[in-house]
Parts: sequence; structure tokens; C-alpha cells
Amino acid sequence: MTIPENLLYTKDHEWARLDGDKVTMGITDFAQGSLGDITFIDLPKPGAKVEQSKWCATVESVKAASDVYAPFSGEVLKVNTQLTGHPELVNKSAYDAGWFAVVKISDLEEKNKLMNSTQYKEYIQGLSK
Amino acid sequence: MEESSTLPATPLFEQHRNLGAKLAPFGGWLMPIQYSGIIDEHNWVRKNSGLFDICHMGEFMVQADLAKANLGNLVTINLEGMPQGACRYGFMLNEQGGIIDDLLVYRIDSAEWMIVVNAAASDGDFAHLKEHLTGAMRIENISQVLGKLDLQGPLSADVLEDLAGPGIKSLKYYTFGYFDILGERIIISRTGYTGEMGYELYMPNNKIPQLWEKLLNDQRVKPIGLGARDTLRLEMGYSLYGQDIDKNTTPLEAGLSNFIDWNKEFIGKGSLLKQKQNGVLRRMICFLADSRRSPRHNYRIIYKDKDVGAVTSGSFSPSLGFGIGMGYVKDEISLGEQIILSENSISINAKVTAKPFYKNGSAKSGEKK
Repeated sequence: MTIPENLLYTKDHEWARLDGDKVTMGITDFAQGSLGDITFIDLPKPGAKVEQSKWCATVESVKAASDVYAPFSGEVLKVNTQLTGHPELVNKSAYDAGWFAVVKISDLEEKNKLMNSTQYKEYIQGLSK
Repeated sequence: MEESSTLPATPLFEQHRNLGAKLAPFGGWLMPIQYSGIIDEHNWVRKNSGLFDICHMGEFMVQADLAKANLGNLVTINLEGMPQGACRYGFMLNEQGGIIDDLLVYRIDSAEWMIVVNAAASDGDFAHLKEHLTGAMRIENISQVLGKLDLQGPLSADVLEDLAGPGIKSLKYYTFGYFDILGERIIISRTGYTGEMGYELYMPNNKIPQLWEKLLNDQRVKPIGLGARDTLRLEMGYSLYGQDIDKNTTPLEAGLSNFIDWNKEFIGKGSLLKQKQNGVLRRMICFLADSRRSPRHNYRIIYKDKDVGAVTSGSFSPSLGFGIGMGYVKDEISLGEQIILSENSISINAKVTAKPFYKNGSAKSGEKK
């Protein structure tokens, strides 16, 4: 399981890659591994407003449908349309080809509620105890 | 996480762990759900040969002469008409016509039978048999000592030929024979739950690990978990006991009246005849989504803006690339009609379709059409 150092993480297993006032987001390697084969992803529409820790996407695997929550509040600038036909990209490349959306951040202070990679690693280890 | 260490496991628990399987409770047992991934395993069975640990299922041996015993009253199958070496699928019903279990009956000898039942229902089935069976010479629950492996997929005959000899290839669909493997004389039937050509192998539990390893040594064979078993059976429109059928549903409601012999008496027949006359209050339909979205258990079925029922089984179909499922509805809905499957914010467009969803299964290959 990989946990890149330069990203921020939520307790619901989303990752966030900051770039100025923009953030690219997706679900973590741990999340895709737990879900198993991903078969469908319902993404927000560009222009939609999302709120931190609120619904922004749905991921379906063979086993279940799961909600994905926004790591930051803001406006969706673009989404990864590749995932419509190839949701398995999230299984193969959770942090790169499997990105979900880019969001224009409305409040950068929200990053204080997220974990860094060390904290996220400890958090996951705690879950499996 | 659910506490599962108290659940019984099959003789292959160590093997599953070493293969990196995800284990989870199923039917009161700790079972392998997946190894390499559900879709990968599913596709492997459709093209090659997959090996399933099905040791949790129950087996009963019954010695009963049909002229003296009422075994025929306990199942919907025409036992009289079964030649030795045949297997048949059918039901054990309660007085209301509800399904106590779906099962396979094997005619071992003119007065000897093996009954194969679902794991979770097994104790109840055996109690029901003991309560209602009269005139039988012997009845024994051998589930604790007899294991079962399923080998399924178009290459299964070639794989098994190397182990069991050429006789395996002359087994016809829904028949069985005795084969010498690993120093045991075991029953192998040409049956399964995937829609592919394949076999069910009944081996004493103490030799199950050896048989498992031997079959997995063949490069054409991969281990398959219950996750793919579920998507494979659903693509065929096969019912899963406890989910699609149970003691509150009848074979008529479930669209399974083909497996009833109406020319004999059996427990539940009166209720079924009444239902036949008055019409059923609900019926099973199958549906195909217009996207990759999966209908799920308990999603509502909406037809012409009315809530008409609920989904019992639903999944993404790896073979079709669409969501598929089945469920009960109140009114008759014709094939091709549009329905919506929904829960909260999720809404999936689908059309009513005939089963099987997947039409290229190899199960009956070699049989006359």
C-alpha cells in the first residue's frame, strides 16, 4: 500500500494534492484496495460547489456503493472523464491516472483538518488493530 | 470489523490465507471472498477453469426404497424418473409452499440417495427430513466429514481428465460417476453454479487440501472466491437461497416451476395449486441497467412512477459491462419494459429482460441441442 508524502489525507480515505488555490483529489490506495474492483464512478459536475467532508462523488465496486467526501470546500473546475469508461484506473493508479476532480479552494485554512502522510499511515495502522 | 474468529472454517483455511484471500463470514462460515479480484476471477472462469472451496455446503445420505419410504413427498423432484447416476435440482417446501431450501438430489443406487443442501439451511433441512421422512432405512448428515470442491470453466474437462482419467469426458450434464483420485473413490458430478461446463467433486475432508493443491498445480486453474461465484451465478439468473428465495417465497413466485413434478404428492403442493389457480401476489423479474451502475439488494423497483417491489440480487456484470439484477414485483411487467431501480439519491434506468443475462455459457457443451 502506498501513501505519497506530498499529499494530504482525510479520515474517509480521500487524498488531496495542493497547487496554490487549487486541489486535485481522489481516493487512497487503501480505499481502492478495500473496495476491490471499481465498476462505476459518479463524479460531480464542473461548476458544482462542494463542501469539506460532504458528498462529492460515489464509487461503486462489485460489492458495494460508497460515498466519497470532498477534502476541501470550493468549486469543481474539472473532473476526470476517463473514469466514466475506465473506473478500473482508480484500482490501477489511485494517485495519478485515477484522480477524481480538481477543485478551486474557497478556504485554504481547511487544510488544518487534514492529515499528512505520517498521520494517515498511523491512522490506518490504528484501524486494522 | 466483524469478529469472525469463532466461525467454523473449511479444511482449506490455511491455503486461503497463504493465497492472500480476503476472508469473510458467509452462511455461518468463514469463507474466501476473493483472491486476485472478483472481476479477474470471474473472467478466468468464463475462459479457463476456476476452483472453488465449497466445503461449507451440507450433504445427507439417505437409504430409502421409494416403494416403502415417502422421500418423494419431501422434495419437488420426480425421484421415480431418475436413473442411477443422475442428479436433479429442486426444492424442499413447507406446507405453505415456501422454500425451506433448494437442493440437488443424486441417485446413488436404486434405494440410495445423496442430498446436497445450502450451508446455512443445512441443520434445518436435516431436522425437517427427520421429522417427515417415514419408511427410510437410514438417514445420515455427513456434512462434517465430506468436503466439496467445484471446478468450473470451459477447460475443466481437460484439467480433470489428467487427474480422473478419460471417463470424465463422457459425463453428461447433470449426471455423476465414481472416480479414483488420491486413493479415494469419489463422486464427481457434471454440475455447477456458474453456467460454465464444470464439475462438483465430493472428497472426504481430510483429503481436500491434497486435492486442492493438485488441481491448483495446473496452470489452467486459479482459485475463485465467493464474490465471483455470486457474479457468475447472477449472470445466469440462478437464485441464491436466503437472498432471492427463502421460506416466505414459493417456486411459482420465483419463476422456478420447471423444477416441480406436478404428477406426484409432496409437502406444499396444495398451497402451490391454490396459488396457481388464484395467481401469485408477486413474481421474480430480471433486469438489465443502461449503465455500469449496479442495482443492489433492497433498492426499490419503480414502474410507471409506482413502487412495485424490491431488488433481491444485483451486481455489475463483468461479462456484459452493465448492471444486472433480479427482484420481486407485484404486477406482471412485460419483457422490454422500462423500470427504475432506486435508493435515496441513486436512480438507475433498466429494462426488464429474460434470463440468463449471459448467453454464451459452456455448461451444456457437448449436449444435443
